[in-house]
Amino acid sequence: MITSPSSSARSGPNPILLWMFSSIGKKTIVAATGILLVFFVFGHLLGNLTVFLGPDVLNAYAQKLHDLGPALWAIRVGLLGILVGHIYFTMLLWKENQRANPKKYIAADPIKTTVFSRTMRLSGLVVLAFVIFHLAHFTVRVVDPSYLVMRTQLNGHEVHNVYAMVVKGFSNAPVVAIYVIGLFLLTFHLSHGISSLFQTLGITNRRIRSNYELAGRAIAWLLFLGYVSIPISVLFFGLGKGFAQ
Amino acid sequence: MKFHLKVWRQKDANAPGTLENYEADNIPADASFLEMLDIVNAGLTGKNIEPIQFDSDCREGICGSCSLTINGVPHGPGRGTTCQVYMRKFKDGDTITIEPFRAEAFPVQRDLVVNRSAFDRVIQAGGYISERCGSAPDANSVPISKVIADEAMDAAACIGCGACAAACPNGSAMLFVSAKVTHLGLLPQGKPENGRRVLGMVRQMDEEGFGNCSNYYACEAVCPASVPAAFIGRMNREFTAASVKEIVGMNV
Ligand code: HEM
Ligand code: SF4
Ligand code: FES
Repeated sequence: MITSPSSSARSGPNPILLWMFSSIGKKTIVAATGILLVFFVFGHLLGNLTVFLGPDVLNAYAQKLHDLGPALWAIRVGLLGILVGHIYFTMLLWKENQRANPKKYIAADPIKTTVFSRTMRLSGLVVLAFVIFHLAHFTVRVVDPSYLVMRTQLNGHEVHNVYAMVVKGFSNAPVVAIYVIGLFLLTFHLSHGISSLFQTLGITNRRIRSNYELAGRAIAWLLFLGYVSIPISVLFFGLGKGFAQ
Repeated sequence: MKFHLKVWRQKDANAPGTLENYEADNIPADASFLEMLDIVNAGLTGKNIEPIQFDSDCREGICGSCSLTINGVPHGPGRGTTCQVYMRKFKDGDTITIEPFRAEAFPVQRDLVVNRSAFDRVIQAGGYISERCGSAPDANSVPISKVIADEAMDAAACIGCGACAAACPNGSAMLFVSAKVTHLGLLPQGKPENGRRVLGMVRQMDEEGFGNCSNYYACEAVCPASVPAAFIGRMNREFTAASVKEIVGMNV
Protein backbone atom coordinates (compact mmCIF):
# COMPACT_ATOMS: atom_id res chain seq x y z
CA MET A 1 0.00 0.00 0.00
CA ILE A 2 1.22 3.49 -0.75
CA THR A 3 1.77 5.21 2.57
CA SER A 4 1.92 8.98 2.37
CA PRO A 5 4.88 10.36 4.35
CA SER A 6 3.31 11.76 7.51
CA SER A 7 5.15 15.04 7.50
CA SER A 8 7.69 16.77 5.36
CA ALA A 9 10.67 18.71 6.61
CA ARG A 10 9.22 21.95 5.34
CA SER A 11 5.90 21.83 7.19
CA GLY A 12 4.09 20.41 10.15
CA PRO A 13 1.66 17.50 10.11
CA ASN A 14 -1.42 19.76 10.02
CA PRO A 15 -2.98 18.92 6.61
CA ILE A 16 -3.74 22.56 5.83
CA LEU A 17 -0.16 23.63 6.47
CA LEU A 18 1.08 20.52 4.70
CA TRP A 19 -0.82 21.64 1.62
CA MET A 20 -0.03 25.36 1.92
CA PHE A 21 3.72 24.89 2.18
CA SER A 22 4.03 22.06 -0.34
CA SER A 23 5.46 22.98 -3.72
CA ILE A 24 2.11 22.77 -5.48
CA GLY A 25 0.23 24.40 -2.59
CA LYS A 26 2.42 27.50 -2.69
CA LYS A 27 2.05 27.68 -6.46
CA THR A 28 -1.71 27.36 -6.14
CA ILE A 29 -1.85 30.23 -3.68
CA VAL A 30 0.22 32.41 -6.03
CA ALA A 31 -2.11 31.55 -8.90
CA ALA A 32 -5.31 32.08 -6.87
CA THR A 33 -4.15 35.45 -5.53
CA GLY A 34 -2.88 36.25 -9.05
CA ILE A 35 -6.26 35.71 -10.66
CA LEU A 36 -7.98 37.83 -8.00
CA LEU A 37 -5.48 40.62 -8.70
CA VAL A 38 -6.18 40.27 -12.42
CA PHE A 39 -9.91 40.66 -11.72
CA PHE A 40 -9.13 43.79 -9.74
CA VAL A 41 -6.96 45.17 -12.55
CA PHE A 42 -9.88 44.62 -14.94
CA GLY A 43 -12.46 46.26 -12.67
CA HIS A 44 -10.17 49.17 -11.91
CA LEU A 45 -9.64 49.77 -15.63
CA LEU A 46 -13.38 49.79 -16.34
CA GLY A 47 -13.89 52.35 -13.58
CA ASN A 48 -11.00 54.50 -14.76
CA LEU A 49 -12.22 54.57 -18.35
CA THR A 50 -15.18 56.68 -17.16
CA VAL A 51 -12.68 59.56 -17.43
CA PHE A 52 -13.53 59.60 -21.15
CA LEU A 53 -17.21 60.20 -20.32
CA GLY A 54 -16.47 63.56 -18.75
CA PRO A 55 -15.80 65.07 -15.31
CA ASP A 56 -19.21 64.38 -13.79
CA VAL A 57 -19.21 60.68 -14.60
CA LEU A 58 -15.72 60.07 -13.19
CA ASN A 59 -16.42 62.20 -10.10
CA ALA A 60 -19.74 60.44 -9.53
CA TYR A 61 -18.05 57.05 -9.85
CA ALA A 62 -15.35 58.10 -7.38
CA GLN A 63 -17.96 59.44 -4.99
CA LYS A 64 -19.92 56.15 -5.21
CA LEU A 65 -16.81 54.24 -4.23
CA HIS A 66 -16.22 56.55 -1.28
CA ASP A 67 -19.83 56.28 -0.19
CA LEU A 68 -19.30 52.54 0.26
CA GLY A 69 -17.60 53.50 3.52
CA PRO A 70 -16.77 50.40 5.55
CA ALA A 71 -17.26 48.16 2.50
CA LEU A 72 -14.59 50.14 0.67
CA TRP A 73 -12.25 49.55 3.58
CA ALA A 74 -13.06 45.86 3.57
CA ILE A 75 -12.19 45.71 -0.13
CA ARG A 76 -8.97 47.65 0.44
CA VAL A 77 -7.87 45.42 3.31
CA GLY A 78 -8.83 42.32 1.29
CA LEU A 79 -6.80 43.51 -1.70
CA LEU A 80 -3.84 44.28 0.51
CA GLY A 81 -4.05 40.81 2.03
CA ILE A 82 -4.21 39.22 -1.42
CA LEU A 83 -1.20 41.25 -2.58
CA VAL A 84 0.80 40.44 0.54
CA GLY A 85 -0.05 36.73 0.16
CA HIS A 86 0.94 36.79 -3.51
CA ILE A 87 4.28 38.41 -2.77
CA TYR A 88 5.00 36.33 0.34
CA PHE A 89 4.47 33.02 -1.44
CA THR A 90 6.36 34.08 -4.57
CA MET A 91 9.30 35.05 -2.39
CA LEU A 92 9.17 31.65 -0.65
CA LEU A 93 9.15 29.96 -4.07
CA TRP A 94 12.02 32.15 -5.20
CA LYS A 95 14.15 31.27 -2.19
CA GLU A 96 13.49 27.53 -2.58
CA ASN A 97 14.09 27.58 -6.32
CA GLN A 98 17.45 29.25 -5.83
CA ARG A 99 18.35 26.56 -3.33
CA ALA A 100 17.15 23.83 -5.71
CA ASN A 101 19.37 24.98 -8.56
CA PRO A 102 22.30 26.99 -7.22
CA LYS A 103 24.83 26.04 -9.93
CA LYS A 104 23.84 27.37 -13.32
CA TYR A 105 25.34 26.06 -16.55
CA ILE A 106 28.46 27.90 -17.67
CA ALA A 107 27.26 27.54 -21.28
CA ALA A 108 23.81 28.88 -20.39
CA ASP A 109 20.96 28.34 -22.85
CA PRO A 110 17.43 29.70 -22.24
CA ILE A 111 15.84 26.52 -23.75
CA LYS A 112 12.45 27.80 -24.97
CA THR A 113 11.73 29.81 -21.81
CA THR A 114 10.25 33.22 -22.56
CA VAL A 115 11.61 36.58 -21.49
CA PHE A 116 8.29 37.12 -19.66
CA SER A 117 8.61 33.98 -17.55
CA ARG A 118 12.26 34.65 -16.74
CA THR A 119 11.53 38.16 -15.47
CA MET A 120 8.51 37.51 -13.20
CA ARG A 121 10.31 38.58 -10.02
CA LEU A 122 11.79 41.70 -11.57
CA SER A 123 8.53 42.72 -13.25
CA GLY A 124 6.59 41.91 -10.07
CA LEU A 125 8.85 44.03 -7.88
CA VAL A 126 8.71 46.97 -10.30
CA VAL A 127 4.91 46.63 -10.27
CA LEU A 128 5.03 46.70 -6.46
CA ALA A 129 7.08 49.93 -6.54
CA PHE A 130 4.63 51.34 -9.06
CA VAL A 131 1.59 50.39 -6.95
CA ILE A 132 3.15 52.15 -3.96
CA PHE A 133 3.81 55.26 -6.06
CA HIS A 134 0.30 55.17 -7.50
CA LEU A 135 -1.29 54.95 -4.03
CA ALA A 136 0.89 57.82 -2.80
CA HIS A 137 -0.04 59.81 -5.90
CA PHE A 138 -3.82 59.45 -6.20
CA THR A 139 -5.05 57.73 -3.02
CA VAL A 140 -3.01 59.30 -0.20
CA ARG A 141 -2.14 62.31 -2.44
CA VAL A 142 1.22 63.07 -0.90
CA VAL A 143 3.06 63.43 -4.22
CA ASP A 144 1.23 66.69 -4.94
CA PRO A 145 -0.72 67.91 -1.86
CA SER A 146 -2.67 70.37 -4.01
CA TYR A 147 -4.88 67.38 -4.99
CA LEU A 148 -6.21 67.34 -1.43
CA VAL A 149 -8.06 70.61 -1.80
CA MET A 150 -9.55 70.04 -5.25
CA ARG A 151 -13.32 70.20 -4.75
CA THR A 152 -16.22 70.51 -7.14
CA GLN A 153 -20.03 70.54 -7.12
CA LEU A 154 -21.91 67.40 -8.13
CA ASN A 155 -25.71 67.28 -7.88
CA GLY A 156 -25.60 70.00 -5.24
CA HIS A 157 -23.00 68.26 -3.04
CA GLU A 158 -19.39 69.24 -2.69
CA VAL A 159 -17.19 66.29 -3.70
CA HIS A 160 -13.53 65.64 -4.33
CA ASN A 161 -12.63 66.63 -7.88
CA VAL A 162 -10.99 63.40 -9.05
CA TYR A 163 -11.19 64.48 -12.67
CA ALA A 164 -9.15 67.64 -12.07
CA MET A 165 -6.65 65.63 -10.05
CA VAL A 166 -6.17 63.07 -12.84
CA VAL A 167 -5.82 65.76 -15.51
CA LYS A 168 -3.31 67.71 -13.44
CA GLY A 169 -1.44 64.54 -12.52
CA PHE A 170 -1.06 63.39 -16.09
CA SER A 171 -0.13 66.82 -17.44
CA ASN A 172 3.29 66.17 -15.97
CA ALA A 173 5.52 64.22 -18.40
CA PRO A 174 7.79 62.51 -15.82
CA VAL A 175 4.71 61.23 -13.95
CA VAL A 176 3.26 59.87 -17.20
CA ALA A 177 6.61 58.16 -17.88
CA ILE A 178 6.42 56.44 -14.47
CA TYR A 179 2.89 55.23 -15.25
CA VAL A 180 3.80 53.93 -18.70
CA ILE A 181 6.85 52.08 -17.37
CA GLY A 182 4.92 50.63 -14.42
CA LEU A 183 2.09 49.48 -16.67
CA PHE A 184 4.52 48.08 -19.22
CA LEU A 185 6.11 45.93 -16.53
CA LEU A 186 2.66 44.83 -15.34
CA THR A 187 1.99 43.76 -18.93
CA PHE A 188 5.23 41.78 -18.92
CA HIS A 189 4.17 40.13 -15.65
CA LEU A 190 0.74 39.23 -16.96
CA SER A 191 2.04 38.07 -20.36
CA HIS A 192 3.31 35.02 -18.50
CA GLY A 193 1.05 35.19 -15.45
CA ILE A 194 -2.39 34.91 -17.06
CA SER A 195 -1.64 31.71 -19.00
CA SER A 196 0.57 30.35 -16.23
CA LEU A 197 -2.18 30.46 -13.63
CA PHE A 198 -4.36 28.09 -15.66
CA GLN A 199 -1.51 25.58 -15.77
CA THR A 200 -0.95 25.98 -12.02
CA LEU A 201 -4.63 25.51 -11.20
CA GLY A 202 -4.74 22.53 -13.55
CA ILE A 203 -7.43 23.96 -15.83
CA THR A 204 -5.61 22.82 -18.93
CA ASN A 205 -4.82 20.04 -21.34
CA ARG A 206 -2.20 19.66 -24.01
CA ARG A 207 -4.35 20.94 -26.85
CA ILE A 208 -5.50 24.12 -25.16
CA ARG A 209 -2.22 25.21 -23.61
CA SER A 210 -0.80 27.20 -26.52
CA ASN A 211 -4.15 28.99 -26.84
CA TYR A 212 -3.89 30.08 -23.22
CA GLU A 213 -0.49 31.51 -23.95
CA LEU A 214 -1.72 33.57 -26.90
CA ALA A 215 -4.89 34.66 -25.11
CA GLY A 216 -2.97 35.58 -21.95
CA ARG A 217 -0.59 37.78 -23.88
CA ALA A 218 -3.41 39.39 -25.85
CA ILE A 219 -5.33 40.18 -22.64
CA ALA A 220 -2.20 41.60 -21.02
CA TRP A 221 -1.61 43.94 -23.95
CA LEU A 222 -5.26 44.99 -24.11
CA LEU A 223 -5.06 45.93 -20.43
CA PHE A 224 -1.90 47.90 -21.21
CA LEU A 225 -3.56 49.84 -24.04
CA GLY A 226 -6.64 50.50 -21.92
CA TYR A 227 -4.65 51.87 -19.02
CA VAL A 228 -2.07 53.96 -20.88
CA SER A 229 -4.79 55.52 -23.03
CA ILE A 230 -5.64 57.75 -20.06
CA PRO A 231 -2.29 59.42 -19.30
CA ILE A 232 -1.43 59.56 -23.01
CA SER A 233 -4.75 61.24 -23.85
CA VAL A 234 -4.22 63.83 -21.14
CA LEU A 235 -0.59 64.60 -21.94
CA PHE A 236 -0.67 64.50 -25.73
CA PHE A 237 -4.27 64.87 -26.86
CA GLY A 238 -5.52 67.52 -24.47
CA LEU A 239 -8.10 65.41 -22.63
CA GLY A 240 -9.67 67.57 -19.92
CA LYS A 241 -7.75 70.71 -20.93
CA GLY A 242 -8.70 73.59 -18.67
CA PHE A 243 -10.07 71.36 -15.90
CA ALA A 244 -6.82 71.14 -13.96
CA GLN A 245 -6.98 73.78 -11.26
CA MET B 1 35.72 15.82 -37.76
CA LYS B 2 37.48 17.93 -35.16
CA PHE B 3 36.08 19.55 -32.04
CA HIS B 4 37.30 21.66 -29.14
CA LEU B 5 35.81 20.30 -25.95
CA LYS B 6 35.40 22.10 -22.65
CA VAL B 7 34.59 19.36 -20.17
CA TRP B 8 33.62 19.64 -16.50
CA ARG B 9 36.19 17.73 -14.45
CA GLN B 10 35.51 17.11 -10.78
CA LYS B 11 37.47 14.63 -8.66
CA ASP B 12 34.67 13.65 -6.30
CA ALA B 13 31.41 14.87 -4.81
CA ASN B 14 33.15 17.41 -2.55
CA ALA B 15 35.81 18.73 -4.94
CA PRO B 16 35.15 22.12 -6.57
CA GLY B 17 35.60 21.09 -10.25
CA THR B 18 36.43 23.18 -13.34
CA LEU B 19 36.10 23.15 -17.10
CA GLU B 20 39.13 21.62 -18.85
CA ASN B 21 40.00 21.93 -22.55
CA TYR B 22 40.47 18.85 -24.72
CA GLU B 23 40.81 18.37 -28.46
CA ALA B 24 38.71 15.71 -30.20
CA ASP B 25 40.43 14.81 -33.48
CA ASN B 26 39.54 12.32 -36.21
CA ILE B 27 35.93 11.87 -35.08
CA PRO B 28 33.70 10.10 -37.65
CA ALA B 29 30.62 12.19 -38.47
CA ASP B 30 28.43 9.18 -37.67
CA ALA B 31 29.91 8.65 -34.20
CA SER B 32 27.43 9.19 -31.41
CA PHE B 33 28.25 11.77 -28.76
CA LEU B 34 29.20 9.02 -26.32
CA GLU B 35 31.39 7.30 -28.92
CA MET B 36 33.15 10.62 -29.46
CA LEU B 37 33.83 10.73 -25.71
CA ASP B 38 35.09 7.13 -25.86
CA ILE B 39 37.57 8.12 -28.59
CA VAL B 40 38.71 11.14 -26.57
CA ASN B 41 39.07 8.96 -23.47
CA ALA B 42 41.19 6.41 -25.36
CA GLY B 43 43.50 9.28 -26.28
CA LEU B 44 43.61 10.55 -22.70
CA THR B 45 44.47 7.12 -21.35
CA GLY B 46 47.43 7.00 -23.75
CA LYS B 47 48.62 10.32 -22.27
CA ASN B 48 48.15 9.05 -18.72
CA ILE B 49 45.28 11.45 -18.01
CA GLU B 50 42.28 10.13 -16.08
CA PRO B 51 39.52 9.46 -18.61
CA ILE B 52 36.39 11.61 -18.49
CA GLN B 53 33.78 9.81 -16.40
CA PHE B 54 30.24 9.73 -17.74
CA ASP B 55 27.20 7.51 -17.35
CA SER B 56 25.76 5.30 -20.06
CA ASP B 57 24.09 1.94 -20.36
CA CYS B 58 21.82 0.97 -23.25
CA ARG B 59 23.17 3.51 -25.77
CA GLU B 60 19.93 3.15 -27.66
CA GLY B 61 17.87 5.87 -26.05
CA ILE B 62 15.73 3.84 -23.67
CA CYS B 63 17.46 3.60 -20.30
CA GLY B 64 17.98 7.29 -19.57
CA SER B 65 21.44 6.86 -18.02
CA CYS B 66 23.44 9.09 -20.32
CA SER B 67 22.87 12.24 -18.32
CA LEU B 68 25.03 15.14 -19.38
CA THR B 69 24.52 18.65 -20.63
CA ILE B 70 25.83 19.80 -24.01
CA ASN B 71 26.17 23.57 -24.53
CA GLY B 72 23.69 24.24 -21.72
CA VAL B 73 21.03 21.82 -23.01
CA PRO B 74 20.52 18.51 -21.18
CA HIS B 75 21.10 15.69 -23.71
CA GLY B 76 22.23 18.28 -26.24
CA PRO B 77 20.67 19.38 -29.51
CA GLY B 78 17.41 17.88 -30.75
CA ARG B 79 15.01 15.58 -28.97
CA GLY B 80 16.41 12.36 -27.65
CA THR B 81 19.07 11.27 -25.22
CA THR B 82 22.81 12.02 -25.38
CA CYS B 83 23.53 8.58 -26.84
CA GLN B 84 21.25 9.44 -29.76
CA VAL B 85 23.09 12.67 -30.62
CA TYR B 86 25.42 12.18 -33.60
CA MET B 87 28.46 14.32 -34.26
CA ARG B 88 27.16 15.28 -37.72
CA LYS B 89 24.76 17.57 -35.79
CA PHE B 90 27.75 19.81 -35.04
CA LYS B 91 29.96 21.81 -37.37
CA ASP B 92 33.56 20.81 -37.91
CA GLY B 93 35.75 22.79 -35.52
CA ASP B 94 32.88 23.62 -33.09
CA THR B 95 33.64 24.29 -29.45
CA ILE B 96 31.39 22.06 -27.31
CA THR B 97 30.89 22.64 -23.59
CA ILE B 98 29.99 19.50 -21.64
CA GLU B 99 28.71 19.84 -18.07
CA PRO B 100 26.99 17.44 -15.69
CA PHE B 101 23.22 17.69 -15.11
CA ARG B 102 22.73 20.58 -12.69
CA ALA B 103 20.11 20.36 -9.94
CA GLU B 104 20.72 20.37 -6.21
CA ALA B 105 18.86 17.06 -5.88
CA PHE B 106 21.25 15.45 -8.43
CA PRO B 107 24.65 15.83 -6.71
CA VAL B 108 27.68 15.48 -8.98
CA GLN B 109 29.66 12.35 -8.06
CA ARG B 110 32.52 12.78 -10.47
CA ASP B 111 33.08 14.65 -13.75
CA LEU B 112 29.81 14.23 -15.66
CA VAL B 113 28.31 11.57 -13.38
CA VAL B 114 25.46 12.65 -11.12
CA ASN B 115 23.50 10.72 -8.52
CA ARG B 116 19.90 10.51 -9.65
CA SER B 117 18.69 8.24 -6.86
CA ALA B 118 16.35 11.02 -5.69
CA PHE B 119 14.08 9.85 -8.53
CA ASP B 120 14.12 6.31 -7.12
CA ARG B 121 12.94 7.59 -3.75
CA VAL B 122 10.17 9.59 -5.44
CA ILE B 123 9.07 6.38 -7.18
CA GLN B 124 9.21 4.51 -3.87
CA ALA B 125 6.83 7.10 -2.41
CA GLY B 126 4.00 6.04 -4.73
CA GLY B 127 5.11 5.43 -8.30
CA TYR B 128 3.72 1.92 -8.36
CA ILE B 129 0.57 -0.17 -8.01
CA SER B 130 0.37 -2.08 -4.72
CA GLU B 131 -2.05 -4.83 -5.60
CA ARG B 132 -0.78 -7.69 -7.70
CA CYS B 133 -2.60 -7.51 -10.99
CA GLY B 134 -1.92 -11.11 -11.96
CA SER B 135 -0.61 -12.04 -15.36
CA ALA B 136 -1.47 -10.06 -18.45
CA PRO B 137 -5.27 -10.11 -18.86
CA ASP B 138 -6.93 -11.09 -22.11
CA ALA B 139 -7.18 -8.21 -24.52
CA ASN B 140 -10.31 -6.09 -23.92
CA SER B 141 -11.30 -7.94 -20.74
CA VAL B 142 -10.81 -4.60 -18.97
CA PRO B 143 -12.27 -1.99 -21.32
CA ILE B 144 -10.15 1.15 -21.55
CA SER B 145 -11.00 3.82 -24.08
CA LYS B 146 -8.48 4.52 -26.80
CA VAL B 147 -8.17 8.15 -25.67
CA ILE B 148 -7.27 7.15 -22.12
CA ALA B 149 -4.96 4.37 -23.24
CA ASP B 150 -3.10 6.77 -25.56
CA GLU B 151 -2.79 9.38 -22.85
CA ALA B 152 -1.46 6.82 -20.36
CA MET B 153 1.00 5.51 -22.95
CA ASP B 154 2.32 9.01 -23.64
CA ALA B 155 2.97 9.40 -19.92
CA ALA B 156 4.45 5.93 -19.60
CA ALA B 157 7.01 6.90 -22.23
CA CYS B 158 9.00 8.70 -19.50
CA ILE B 159 12.36 6.95 -19.09
CA GLY B 160 13.26 8.70 -15.83
CA CYS B 161 16.33 10.34 -17.34
CA GLY B 162 16.13 13.53 -15.26
CA ALA B 163 16.65 15.91 -18.19
CA CYS B 164 13.50 17.79 -17.16
CA ALA B 165 14.93 18.65 -13.74
CA ALA B 166 18.34 19.40 -15.26
CA ALA B 167 16.84 21.82 -17.80
CA CYS B 168 14.56 23.55 -15.29
CA PRO B 169 15.86 26.92 -14.04
CA ASN B 170 14.29 25.91 -10.70
CA GLY B 171 15.66 22.36 -10.64
CA SER B 172 12.08 21.10 -10.55
CA ALA B 173 11.20 17.48 -11.25
CA MET B 174 7.51 18.08 -11.88
CA LEU B 175 7.49 16.76 -15.44
CA PHE B 176 8.88 13.43 -14.26
CA VAL B 177 6.51 13.17 -11.31
CA SER B 178 3.53 14.23 -13.41
CA ALA B 179 4.38 11.58 -16.01
CA LYS B 180 4.27 8.86 -13.34
CA VAL B 181 1.14 10.23 -11.68
CA THR B 182 -0.63 10.43 -15.03
CA HIS B 183 0.51 7.09 -16.36
CA LEU B 184 -0.59 5.12 -13.29
CA GLY B 185 -3.55 7.33 -12.45
CA LEU B 186 -5.35 6.96 -15.74
CA LEU B 187 -5.50 3.17 -15.71
CA PRO B 188 -7.97 1.09 -13.70
CA GLN B 189 -5.22 -0.80 -11.84
CA GLY B 190 -3.68 2.46 -10.58
CA LYS B 191 -6.84 4.48 -9.92
CA PRO B 192 -7.69 3.26 -6.39
CA GLU B 193 -4.48 4.79 -5.01
CA ASN B 194 -4.49 8.04 -7.00
CA GLY B 195 -4.79 10.38 -4.03
CA ARG B 196 -2.12 8.74 -1.94
CA ARG B 197 0.15 8.42 -4.91
CA VAL B 198 0.11 12.09 -5.82
CA LEU B 199 0.43 13.22 -2.19
CA GLY B 200 3.24 10.79 -1.48
CA MET B 201 5.23 11.47 -4.63
CA VAL B 202 4.92 15.27 -4.51
CA ARG B 203 5.91 15.38 -0.83
CA GLN B 204 8.90 13.16 -1.50
CA MET B 205 9.83 15.37 -4.46
CA ASP B 206 9.76 18.41 -2.15
CA GLU B 207 11.79 16.58 0.48
CA GLU B 208 14.49 15.67 -2.05
CA GLY B 209 15.06 19.37 -2.65
CA PHE B 210 13.65 19.68 -6.16
CA GLY B 211 12.35 23.17 -6.93
CA ASN B 212 8.85 24.43 -7.64
CA CYS B 213 7.49 24.76 -11.14
CA SER B 214 7.31 28.30 -12.59
CA ASN B 215 5.80 27.07 -15.85
CA TYR B 216 8.92 27.84 -17.87
CA TYR B 217 8.38 24.68 -19.97
CA ALA B 218 12.11 24.07 -20.54
CA CYS B 219 11.42 20.50 -19.32
CA GLU B 220 9.01 19.80 -22.13
CA ALA B 221 11.49 21.16 -24.69
CA VAL B 222 14.25 18.72 -23.70
CA CYS B 223 12.25 15.63 -22.71
CA PRO B 224 13.45 12.76 -24.92
CA ALA B 225 10.08 11.02 -24.47
CA SER B 226 8.03 14.12 -25.46
CA VAL B 227 6.09 14.09 -22.22
CA PRO B 228 3.81 17.17 -22.47
CA ALA B 229 3.87 19.80 -19.71
CA ALA B 230 0.08 19.70 -19.61
CA PHE B 231 0.56 16.60 -17.41
CA ILE B 232 1.97 18.96 -14.77
CA GLY B 233 -1.33 20.85 -14.86
CA ARG B 234 -3.13 17.54 -14.43
CA MET B 235 -0.93 16.64 -11.45
CA ASN B 236 -1.57 20.07 -9.86
CA ARG B 237 -5.29 19.40 -10.12
CA GLU B 238 -4.98 15.91 -8.61
CA PHE B 239 -2.75 17.15 -5.80
CA THR B 240 -5.18 19.93 -4.89
CA ALA B 241 -8.12 17.52 -4.96
CA ALA B 242 -6.32 14.97 -2.77
CA SER B 243 -5.20 17.72 -0.36
CA VAL B 244 -8.76 18.99 0.00
CA LYS B 245 -9.93 15.46 0.77
CA GLU B 246 -7.18 15.13 3.37
CA ILE B 247 -8.02 18.52 4.91
CA VAL B 248 -11.69 17.72 5.33
CA GLY B 249 -10.78 14.35 6.80
CA MET B 250 -11.89 12.05 3.99
CA ASN B 251 -9.97 8.88 3.26
CA VAL B 252 -7.31 9.45 0.65
C1 HEM C 1 3.31 43.69 -6.54
C2 HEM C 1 4.25 42.85 -6.60
C3 HEM C 1 4.20 41.52 -7.28
C4 HEM C 1 5.20 40.62 -7.21
C5 HEM C 1 6.49 40.79 -6.44
C6 HEM C 1 4.82 39.47 -7.98
C7 HEM C 1 5.60 38.36 -8.17
C8 HEM C 1 5.24 37.24 -8.87
C9 HEM C 1 6.09 36.12 -9.17
C10 HEM C 1 7.55 36.01 -8.77
C11 HEM C 1 5.37 35.21 -9.83
C12 HEM C 1 5.86 33.86 -10.36
C13 HEM C 1 5.74 32.79 -9.33
C14 HEM C 1 6.32 31.52 -9.86
O1 HEM C 1 5.80 30.96 -10.81
O2 HEM C 1 7.33 31.05 -9.31
C15 HEM C 1 4.05 35.76 -9.99
C16 HEM C 1 3.02 35.13 -10.64
C17 HEM C 1 1.84 35.75 -10.98
N1 HEM C 1 1.47 37.04 -10.68
FE1 HEM C 1 2.53 38.34 -9.60
N2 HEM C 1 3.59 39.68 -8.52
C18 HEM C 1 3.19 40.93 -8.14
C19 HEM C 1 2.01 41.56 -8.49
C20 HEM C 1 1.06 41.01 -9.29
C21 HEM C 1 -0.12 41.70 -9.73
C22 HEM C 1 -0.48 43.15 -9.42
C23 HEM C 1 -0.82 40.80 -10.47
C24 HEM C 1 -2.13 40.95 -11.18
C25 HEM C 1 -2.63 42.01 -11.65
C26 HEM C 1 -0.10 39.57 -10.50
C27 HEM C 1 -0.50 38.43 -11.14
C28 HEM C 1 0.21 37.26 -11.21
C29 HEM C 1 -0.22 36.07 -11.86
C30 HEM C 1 -1.54 35.87 -12.57
C31 HEM C 1 0.79 35.12 -11.69
C32 HEM C 1 0.80 33.69 -12.26
C33 HEM C 1 0.55 32.66 -11.24
C34 HEM C 1 1.02 31.31 -11.73
O3 HEM C 1 2.15 31.20 -12.21
O4 HEM C 1 0.27 30.36 -11.66
N3 HEM C 1 1.05 39.73 -9.77
N4 HEM C 1 4.00 36.99 -9.40
S1 SF4 D 1 9.65 13.45 -18.08
FE1 SF4 D 1 11.01 13.30 -19.89
S2 SF4 D 1 12.84 14.48 -19.27
FE2 SF4 D 1 11.72 14.01 -17.38
S3 SF4 D 1 12.58 12.10 -16.61
FE3 SF4 D 1 10.82 11.50 -17.89
S4 SF4 D 1 11.72 11.17 -19.92
FE4 SF4 D 1 13.27 12.30 -18.77
S1 FES E 1 22.58 5.27 -22.63
FE1 FES E 1 20.56 4.52 -22.35
S2 FES E 1 19.40 6.24 -23.01
FE2 FES E 1 21.42 6.87 -23.48
